Amino acid sequence: MPEHDGALAHQFHDYGQQRRAAELAMWVFLVTEFMFFGGLFLAYLVYRYRYPAEFALGSQTMDVVLGTINTLVLLTSSLTMALAVHAATVSNRRMLILLLWGTIFLGTVFLGIKAYEYHHKYVKHHVPFAGQEFHAEPEHRLGLATFYNLYFLMTGVHALHMIIGIGLMLVLVVAAYRGGLTGPRSIVVHNSGLYWHFVDLVWVYLFPFFYLVAARGGGHG
Amino acid sequence: MITSSSPQPRNYLNVAYTVSSWLFTLDHKRIAILYLLGITFMFVIGGLAATFVRLELMTPQGDLLESETYNKLFTIHGIIMVFFFLIPAIPAVLGNFLLPLMLGARDLALPRINLLSWYLFMIGGLFTIWAILAGGVDTGWTFYTPYSSTYSNTYVMATAVGVFVSGFSSILTGLNFIVTTHTMRAPGQTWFRLPLFVWSMYATSLIQILGTPVVAVAILLVGLERLFGIGIFDPSMGGDPLLFQHLFWFYSHPAVYIMVLPAFGVVSELVATFSRRRPFGYAFIGFSSFAIAVLGFLVWGHHMFTSGQSIYAGLIFSMISFLVAIPSAIKVFNWTATLYKASISYDTPMLYALGFIGLFTIGGLTGLFLAAAAVDVHVHDTYFVVAHFHYIMVGGTVMAYLGGIHYWWPKMTGRMYPEGWARFSAILVFVGFNLTFSPQFVLGYLGMPRRYHVYPEEWQVLNVMSSAGASILAVGYFFPLTYLIWSLRYGPKAPDNPFGATGLEWKTPSPPPTYNFDEQPVVEEEVYNFVPEDTERKPREERGEVPHARA
Repeated sequence: MPEHDGALAHQFHDYGQQRRAAELAMWVFLVTEFMFFGGLFLAYLVYRYRYPAEFALGSQTMDVVLGTINTLVLLTSSLTMALAVHAATVSNRRMLILLLWGTIFLGTVFLGIKAYEYHHKYVKHHVPFAGQEFHAEPEHRLGLATFYNLYFLMTGVHALHMIIGIGLMLVLVVAAYRGGLTGPRSIVVHNSGLYWHFVDLVWVYLFPFFYLVAARGGGHG
Repeated sequence: MITSSSPQPRNYLNVAYTVSSWLFTLDHKRIAILYLLGITFMFVIGGLAATFVRLELMTPQGDLLESETYNKLFTIHGIIMVFFFLIPAIPAVLGNFLLPLMLGARDLALPRINLLSWYLFMIGGLFTIWAILAGGVDTGWTFYTPYSSTYSNTYVMATAVGVFVSGFSSILTGLNFIVTTHTMRAPGQTWFRLPLFVWSMYATSLIQILGTPVVAVAILLVGLERLFGIGIFDPSMGGDPLLFQHLFWFYSHPAVYIMVLPAFGVVSELVATFSRRRPFGYAFIGFSSFAIAVLGFLVWGHHMFTSGQSIYAGLIFSMISFLVAIPSAIKVFNWTATLYKASISYDTPMLYALGFIGLFTIGGLTGLFLAAAAVDVHVHDTYFVVAHFHYIMVGGTVMAYLGGIHYWWPKMTGRMYPEGWARFSAILVFVGFNLTFSPQFVLGYLGMPRRYHVYPEEWQVLNVMSSAGASILAVGYFFPLTYLIWSLRYGPKAPDNPFGATGLEWKTPSPPPTYNFDEQPVVEEEVYNFVPEDTERKPREERGEVPHARA
């Protein structure tokens, strides 16, 4: 029987096995996330096919500048996350903590901008649910309502994943301060990184789906 | 439970007796027992609801129950039996207990996740029970929109939350099994040295992780529509109720295979052990599970032939549904070929396995009737469908589950079950089952719709036959519940390998120690390597069993 110290769980023989199991578990989990979002993307596909004009109209009311900034913010946070994974692998604790804080900061900026956009939609009466007053021309009403329903739904579920991710990062920061994320435990950072990149990847699709549907002639808003 | 005064060797049961040693255990075997208790309780609730349904259907008038109560009862029966019994039954109890043992591992790869999935299952179950006690839910187990989202005034939300939460339990179990099968196999245990049970658990897990998230999102959308009016399924808000059916059946058709694939795995083990032979066409049986898992994701539209979907889509769905028969038939033919000229012994688990093969074949063949779009239009939503899926789920899954419980009971508890009573109730279950559900094929063909409790008088005879069968079936289920509990105290002590089976789970004491094996097993031969001359197997009396009274 192999020696078992604190970092090696009782069911494993060695760190290699533990690492393989943990990483595979994360990938399988991401597959389930993929299918979860898949259901929402199917709904998007169905309704965009049904209401092409309204999806174009709806997309013109989105703030493409803020959307682009948010895309850049999120992609940059994936960079800091990837570097954090590297820092954990080479056991650079200072760098790891710094980069985790960087990721948390960028993630929070993303959510802040998203919240501002939500507020803007609320002010402009583009919220078709929860008993809100919804403004749209009668002939486009159903299609636009569906567009905004899907917009809030999909970006909302995405934002929820971001919040969970930021919570995860905060846990990692605490663990990193205690020096617990190096060596065999760096797999935790690696797996959190996989999750973060996945959430980032979802946004890479959400951004064109909601902001870039219609070719833009002039102004918008 | 332990009665002898002689010191017992340490096993997973006697290592600690406190409540917290159970509720916070990370031992896959203890978690399996926790699941066993949970799903048995759920089975009783679901069975009670079915009892009222069958009582009501004894007479053509709606005299026992009001229509709304009847709607709630068949809904409760469906939801409890599908989500809280059939889906978790074999994976979460037998799979949990056996997978690490079969792989020569100390535990599943993710023991904490395993415990978490039990808690999620229980939380989901409690939500659902609460919904039932608070007033029930009447949408049918399928939660079809717009009924579930707009019109139903019952406890849809609480039930939906229950199903949603327990779905994550199912996802985590599947995830755990996949990771465990990849990373925890004993040295020398290649994929083709795995017991067929492991193959089928793996295929089941694939469906759990790929399908369950989709039904989760469908239920989430129903919930959001009810709570906030996000009208994804509501036509008055631009939505489409049919989208729900697509999302729901994308999971819930494969979910049928979540229920039946593990049963295939159990039956493969039982047929091999009790005919003392390597299953004929081992690789074919193994791969056919994967074929079923893959095809199962492409046939959801056959639940929607009458929904107004495109007839071309219907034709394709119909064709692919027929294809599912091929891997299913491969299994049945291979099991039968394994039996051919084998030295068969008719122990209780084998009775269940043989019953399974027959009933599953009937269930499968009537599935072909339903896969034919033209026939389906005639029998859609009739008792023909009800009979068909009960042949698969009760005649198939429950039979295999009971067979598996008997087969591995000595390993799980260290006690033998009473063979005579067990054979008697296995036969009762078989007879009762057929009497219950074969008249329903006829009823359905004659046009009796499901989910109605008032029917023309000419159908009473068949309905009374069905209800009479259900009472026999109930007795058949009641016996194992009783004598298995009895055996915990009074059953003869089980040897390590009472059935002369192969497989690593029989090479460790009954019940196994906490870490399963005292030494890491090494696999040097293929599984099902039965020795020609039986040296281990002894007559039943020599195994320390009390000779039973003739039943």
